[in-house]
Amino acid sequence: MQRAAALVRRGCGPRTPSSWGRSQSSAAAEASAVLKVRPERSRRERILTLESMNPQVKAVEYAVRGPIVLKAGEIELELQRGIKKPFTEVIRANIGDAQAMGQQPITFLRQVMALCTYPNLLDSPSFPEDAKKRARRILQACGGNSLGSYSASQGVNCIREDVAAYITRRDGGVPADPDNIYLTTGASDGISILVSGGGKSRTGVMIPIPQYPLYSAVISELDAIQVNYYLDEENCWALNVNELRRAVQEAKDHCDPKVLCIINPGNPTGQVQSRKCIEDVIHFAWEEKLFLLADEVYQDNVYSPDCRFHSFKKVLYEMGPEYSSNVELASFHSTSKGYMGECGYRGGYMEVINLHPEIKGQLVKLLSVRLCPPVSGQAAMDIVVNPPVAGEESFEQFSREKESVLGNLAKKAKLTEDLFNQVPGIHCNPLQGAMYAFPRIFIPAKAVEAAQAHQMAPDMFYCMKLLEETGICVVPGSGFGQREGTYHFRMTILPPVEKLKTVLQKVKDFHINFLEKYA
Amino acid sequence: MQRAAALVRRGCGPRTPSSWGRSQSSAAAEASAVLKVRPERSRRERILTLESMNPQVKAVEYAVRGPIVLKAGEIELELQRGIKKPFTEVIRANIGDAQAMGQQPITFLRQVMALCTYPNLLDSPSFPEDAKKRARRILQACGGNSLGSYSASQGVNCIREDVAAYITRRDGGVPADPDNIYLTTGASDGISTILKILVSGGGKSRTGVMIPIPQYPLYSAVISELDAIQVNYYLDEENCWALNVNELRRAVQEAKDHCDPKVLCIINPGNPTGQVQSRKCIEDVIHFAWEEKLFLLADEVYQDNVYSPDCRFHSFKKVLYEMGPEYSSNVELASFHSTSKGYMGECGYRGGYMEVINLHPEIKGQLVKLLSVRLCPPVSGQAAMDIVVNPPVAGEESFEQFSRESVLGNLAKKAKLTEDLFNQVPGIHCNPLQGAMYAFPRIFIPAKAVEAAQAHQMAPDMFYCMKLLEETGICVVPGSGFGQREGTYHFRMTILPPVEKLKTVLQKVKDFHINFLEKYA
Repeated sequence: MQRAAALVRRGCGPRTPSSWGRSQSSAAAEASAVLKVRPERSRRERILTLESMNPQVKAVEYAVRGPIVLKAGEIELELQRGIKKPFTEVIRANIGDAQAMGQQPITFLRQVMALCTYPNLLDSPSFPEDAKKRARRILQACGGNSLGSYSASQGVNCIREDVAAYITRRDGGVPADPDNIYLTTGASDGISILVSGGGKSRTGVMIPIPQYPLYSAVISELDAIQVNYYLDEENCWALNVNELRRAVQEAKDHCDPKVLCIINPGNPTGQVQSRKCIEDVIHFAWEEKLFLLADEVYQDNVYSPDCRFHSFKKVLYEMGPEYSSNVELASFHSTSKGYMGECGYRGGYMEVINLHPEIKGQLVKLLSVRLCPPVSGQAAMDIVVNPPVAGEESFEQFSREKESVLGNLAKKAKLTEDLFNQVPGIHCNPLQGAMYAFPRIFIPAKAVEAAQAHQMAPDMFYCMKLLEETGICVVPGSGFGQREGTYHFRMTILPPVEKLKTVLQKVKDFHINFLEKYA
Repeated sequence: MQRAAALVRRGCGPRTPSSWGRSQSSAAAEASAVLKVRPERSRRERILTLESMNPQVKAVEYAVRGPIVLKAGEIELELQRGIKKPFTEVIRANIGDAQAMGQQPITFLRQVMALCTYPNLLDSPSFPEDAKKRARRILQACGGNSLGSYSASQGVNCIREDVAAYITRRDGGVPADPDNIYLTTGASDGISTILKILVSGGGKSRTGVMIPIPQYPLYSAVISELDAIQVNYYLDEENCWALNVNELRRAVQEAKDHCDPKVLCIINPGNPTGQVQSRKCIEDVIHFAWEEKLFLLADEVYQDNVYSPDCRFHSFKKVLYEMGPEYSSNVELASFHSTSKGYMGECGYRGGYMEVINLHPEIKGQLVKLLSVRLCPPVSGQAAMDIVVNPPVAGEESFEQFSRESVLGNLAKKAKLTEDLFNQVPGIHCNPLQGAMYAFPRIFIPAKAVEAAQAHQMAPDMFYCMKLLEETGICVVPGSGFGQREGTYHFRMTILPPVEKLKTVLQKVKDFHINFLEKYA
């Protein structure tokens, strides 16, 4: 991607007829002689241009893989070509990609996946029985006993059953129905169903600021109205219901607010919502008749000893039937985060609550058009929700691997917070959960001017300089949204501890230097 | 899916407060006591209803997994519960799902995939060296040497290089550039992504998308979702479902009154119609696209599935380049391929690629941006795509077994068998199955049956297919789900079942049809 994009930016795309095309011109002439109208030789305007393309797609922005990441790719190529830099490698701290940062896959998960992929291995003595048992169960639920068949559009039945059982355990007995579970390729599947209306009755979608930019991107694509509510940075990025009220009231002037998105634990902000806060949000959604989307993909990533993950589903049910039988909720989970970090398999699920039966039919129809989520990703999801239990052969190794990843992450969360807060001009809230630090950075007025001269947001300017001087790739806060006049960046805490320490030290040195330079 | 939908249809969704909710009411009261406003107890109108939902999504139709497939699921459940039927199993001939029909995966492909999944196996003596070599190469190109990392949004670099090399070989040396290759989540993802970028304008300048009739209903579904204008051109059933450029001209002229035709979709080999386009026909189409300034989408996922000895697959890319620089440097083309069809039939991995030609550099940037939002296609599917474009070659350890496992000879036999048997049935006419994986026979439906269908508010061929399913357990998709000329009726049936089973299926269809004709005579 980086290479393609780099070429595009240098204008080396296929603008001119290829040399191959010219060298074959006699054959070409022969071929085109059969046509009645012989075309003239002239370079034409393309059909698909920035002017003629879908304007909603053009409006999409996605910072996590935006210009700074393209620049990182260019720098990597330069390093490969032997160009000297003040560093030897680019550190891609822009994205929560655990295994790319050296985290090892959970052995049990990969064993089951290998068995499902190549069932001959079921006869091999080098795989444990509990892995074989899971693999056989998954395969028996697949057409032709193969991961290579399409599954039902909603996902493999027995995997949906396992997901429902997992949710029930997680939520202390609140029942989950497999018919409410939809296995997905990613969290954005199916969201289009919510958007309708025109003009002032166009659907408004409330999202936190800062947000994970999937939300703003999908809102742009669907031409829905983005309604921002601000998280409270002074209060560890907590969500305040009064701010939700302000946002919804203002939005009602120009759209129909219909959806409220919550990210808990927060991305990029790492806060973990209290039970009280979730209750307040649910009550607000009930009151304002908002459809709740709860992005809970970091549910296993809670580090602060005084925080716990509470699912929206569980709190909703504990609030009683008026809420639990009325509030419409979709919550999302994924194989990409947690302790397993299986991003590449694109596995995930969505649980829907109180979805109208007719809408369920519509949703299945919509998902059917893409046939099914990748079956290997569904299998990975199954292992995540159905891991080895005490008494099983693989339990000990599995627990060791899981604890190691989560324990390490907790250490790195604390380390990152502490080190950032030692730097003058950087303030970092506690990383209660998720996988990122989102520190606030002071950018001096002269640096802001310099950024403006480059037609860049000040934090983009800062992050570009950081990348160029240290090789560390982080995403500017402007890509997630932030209060006017404040600046941040998002950095993942996934690098191994020693590497993370080096990264933090480099950021510190860079920052102090930056403050001096633009003082 | 079937079970959920069945419940939905019976109205057993969670309409009433769950008993769990009631049994916990004291805890609930306690919990809600913290709230300032105590809500009243009353069943409310839902926020998301058929009336309030996205009307474009509501307009989507997708017959391949439509009502008949839901019905098939219900019947399967009834059989499981021991309810007696005139048959013992449902045969899902509605979809081209090779491995579900018993086709075995290609061993080499699965070996490489297993090695990539669990690299400890690279030390195992039971895997061949050529498979290990491929697995190492793929893993080295992945972040952290793992299939579990995100890839670049456009796909893993070395896999895109392998795809480009494959295309170059396939097209007799016409060069392919890895920068023009985008790995996708099955071909469906590529097709909907490129259509999404293409659609713009309002009113009479809304983008029109030309699609064949009959078509694969992904196209009409995506067009509905995007609120684009569907422009139908009809394939010529009397002429083996050939595409006729005069019909394209008619369609585009008529469309210009109410939209801006900007895209021309071609499915070659055809789905559901199985025709393989001649080189001459492809030239005519390319010239037409050049003339009318249409962006070409070439769905070529059945490129390995050509059975008629007098047909060959010609890629649009190759013909475009052979037509000379005026075409090859102007006509904008996206072509699609997939791991799901061909001889490998790996549908579940959702692997695919798209090659773009003459795409504006700025649009390439927009495309990468759009793909980035979904992060990346499944990396396991990308790896599967790699094996498809980079299979064992002569001299490699696995070559012999790989060659032996090819299912294409068998498919050719079944294509001929199906055509021959259908054409022996009075009231069924079946064009030659030159390629792809389906028969799309025309069926005669007597007037009395048409009336009976109308009484059930069903399309006549839906009525026919429902009866077929209920009486024989065979699930096929009515022609109305793909589109057909007014007054004609068809169904689509895959030829993927094993030969003996296919013979039984065809015999059952024959008996059913004769019976149906008698009943509604």
